[in-house]
Parts: sequence; C-alpha cells; structure tokens
Amino acid sequence: MEVLIGVRGPGYVLLASNLNQVRGITIMKPDDDKSRVLNKHNLMLYSGEPGDTVQFAEYVTANVALYSRRNEELELHTEAVSSFVRRELADSLRSRHPYQVNLLIGGYDITDDTAKLYWIDYLGTKAEVPYAAQGYASYYLLSMFDRHMTPETPMEEALALLKKGYEELERRMPLSLGGFVTKCVDKDGVRVVDVTRGIQLVA
Amino acid sequence: MSYDRALSVFSPDGRLLQVEYGNEAVKRGTTAVGIRGGDVCILACERKTLLKLQDNRATQKICHLDDHVSLAFAGLNADARVLVDKARVEAQSHRLTVEDPVTIEYISRHVAGIQQKYTQSGGVRPFGIATLICGFDPADSTPRLYMTEPAGIYSAWRANAIGKSSKTVREYLERHWTQDLSRDDAIKLAVQALLEVVQTGAKNIEVCVLAKNKRQETLKDEEVELVVKQIADEKEAEAQRKRDRQQAAQAQSTSGLSASSGTAQAGTSAEASTRGTGSD
Repeated sequence: MEVLIGVRGPGYVLLASNLNQVRGITIMKPDDDKSRVLNKHNLMLYSGEPGDTVQFAEYVTANVALYSRRNEELELHTEAVSSFVRRELADSLRSRHPYQVNLLIGGYDITDDTAKLYWIDYLGTKAEVPYAAQGYASYYLLSMFDRHMTPETPMEEALALLKKGYEELERRMPLSLGGFVTKCVDKDGVRVVDVTRGIQLVA
Repeated sequence: MSYDRALSVFSPDGRLLQVEYGNEAVKRGTTAVGIRGGDVCILACERKTLLKLQDNRATQKICHLDDHVSLAFAGLNADARVLVDKARVEAQSHRLTVEDPVTIEYISRHVAGIQQKYTQSGGVRPFGIATLICGFDPADSTPRLYMTEPAGIYSAWRANAIGKSSKTVREYLERHWTQDLSRDDAIKLAVQALLEVVQTGAKNIEVCVLAKNKRQETLKDEEVELVVKQIADEKEAEAQRKRDRQQAAQAQSTSGLSASSGTAQAGTSAEASTRGTGSD
C-alpha cells in the first residue's frame, strides 16, 4: 500500500511518499525513499510493481543526465521531462513486458519560472494538476485538497495541510504507512523539508 | 598502392594504410595538449580562427563526457562528434548498470575499442581523430590522462599533445614537465607548450581545468590573457638578463684588453662566450 502525494503552489511543489516498504506481511525497510532526483529542478516519485519501479526510475534518471551532457549542460525542463517519461511508458505498454509504474513528477520549470506537478500512470496517462496522489491515498486526500488548497497557498501552509493528511491516512487506513518523507522543489532545487515517523493519534 | 583501398586488408609489409592515413588526418587538426598536475588535469587546445561572421559558440574542442571526465580531440570535427556521443552514452549506461561512474581507463578503453572496430570492418573508414581523455576515477584523487589513436591504441600519459606540430609540443613538455605541478604551474605549462606552435595569443587558446569533485572549469579569455602576459613578461625579463650578462661580459673583455696582453683577452672573451651560451 504505497502512497505518493503531491501539492503545487506558487513557485514550489511539495512531494511526499510513505516510508515503509512492505512485502507480504513483513516491513522490509522503514526508511524507503521512493524518489529519484532527475536534475537540479525535477523530482520523480514512483510506485507500483517492485523492481519495475526502480529500474524505470533509474533509466529515466540516466537519460535525463545524458540529455544534459549532449546539449551543453542544458537542464531538461519539467514539461519536457514529463513528456519524455509519458512517451516511454506509452511505448512500454504495447511491448512484451510493460513497466507497471505509477509516478508523480514535480518540478520548477526553468523555461517559464513556474512550478509544475504531473500525475502519470503505467498506461501513459499524463495530467498536469495542482495536487494529486497515487494509490489509495487519493480517496482520502483529494477532497481535503479540494477544500483547502488554492493556487496561492504558501509552502508552510501546504506543509501543515499535508501533515494533517498524514494523520488522516494513519487514522483511516488499515495498514500503517510508517511515516512520510516530504520534499520541496523550487527555484533553488530539491530539498527534504520534513520527515514524520510514528504518527501518534489522539484517541 | 591498391592495398589502401579496402580497409580490412594488410599491405604486403604488414601495415594498415587506411589507419596510417587516419593518423595523417589527425596531424592536420588543431593542436591539443593534456597535462597531469599534482591534483589537477589541464586540457588546452588551439582554437581555430573564426571567419568574420561566424559566431563563437558552436566551436567546442573540449567535450565533457561526464561530471568527472573530459575529452579533447584533434582531427576531423565531425568524426569527433560521433565518437564523443557514443562515449557519453556509455558513461551514462555504465552508471545505470553498475551504479558507479566510469573510471578514466574504462572510458578510454571503450573509445579506443570503438576506434579499433572501425579498422576491422568492411565498408567503413577509421575515425580521423586522436583524443586526450582526462579526469579522476571515483573515490580517487589521482589525476589521469589517456590518449587514443585512429588505430584503436590507448595509452596513459603524464603529459601529451596531439594534432598539428604535436611533436614539437611534446618535446617541449618532455623538457619542462615535472611531477606534482600546482594548478597555476600546470596551466602555465599548457599555455607555454601551445604558444610554441600557436600563432597569436590568448584569443586562440582554450584552457579547461579539471579538479577532483569540482565542475570542469573553462578559463575565461581574460584569465588566459593574464597567463600569456605573465609568460611574455618572464620571457622578456629573461631576455633582458641575458642582454645584461652579455653587456657585462663585453665590458669586462674590453677593460681586459686595455690592461693585459692578447692571450688574457682571448681567455676572457672565451669565458664570456661560454657564459653567454650557458644561459640558454
């Protein structure tokens, strides 16, 4: 039950993923980072079929780096990254073994100085959205974001809203998610802004 | 003579003529120099003179293969573009498969391997370029420098030159390279070596400095100009010292002439002349 969450505000994108990695009835890892930094201003969160996820994410990372190398260190901007990724997944769909990977790509697009958040699934569906989630979390969180997120919400408020969201998920989902790591992407790049473990619920 | 038409055929005396002609193409290319310092690598090359309307940006002879490796070439520019691209792909591919950046030896071996393949195939010609590949291996602060040639040979060097008049430049390096050069001394040596064969000054020299865990740094024109000026000043100072010495020697010999006999004069002037040649 992997959870990916993203919210976009003026000049920033907050991306969060849960920390537990579970196989069957065992928690394999309590500090799993389900993300890859693609370049200075772009971060990709992944979930889905184990193995496919990391394989695909690292493949994308290598190709984004190659693009920069080939083009005089030009950083591939967020919209282009999302288009490339979507195309790869769409091609993979009609291959012998499609990648079963669902993604959230958040970035600060340097060509037009805006933050962008993309929801992409394994079929190659892409949507640019103000907030999104992959997995069951969307059932709980989208209505919350509908109510409280606006295009002007500042980063600190959005982070507080996300934390309320984590609490909600911990309260209502049958399996503990093990906490969340939240990262922020803005004009200065990618950085971790929060690590929440062991959310305590007031009875 | 007919043995140089098809590549994958030896000549009667055991040579691959197409490969040797490839070397000739390299010798026509603008000079490039690579130097290993104590903890830096320097790549410097002669910038081709631009035509009046040509925009500077497109001319790049020092290419970055990855964060920690750079390549300078001499020879056919278009061939270099293809080879550099293959090397860049391999650098990323290596990172993807073994989660480690390439070592300088690995990528040089790879580039040389590609060049060799094109000496043993039908219907293709060898790449008309030689390369100087330098950088640092992951988790190692020793600078590395390799050269590859159209034949597909690769070798490690402390300092080397390729392209036009490379022999002259290499001999200069042989005379003046020392172990553990500092960053500034290595840059100065690179520029000095190039100035042996490059016509005019800083505008025609491009210098790139590689240091461990730092981005590759291409020196700005003003910085190169400073080094060129420093070299020119030192040369002038040395020439002035030489002139002073010769004047002093002459003055001594003329005073000796007035005071002593013919043999004494011959002795002092011989002394002056040996001193003069010794200062070279």
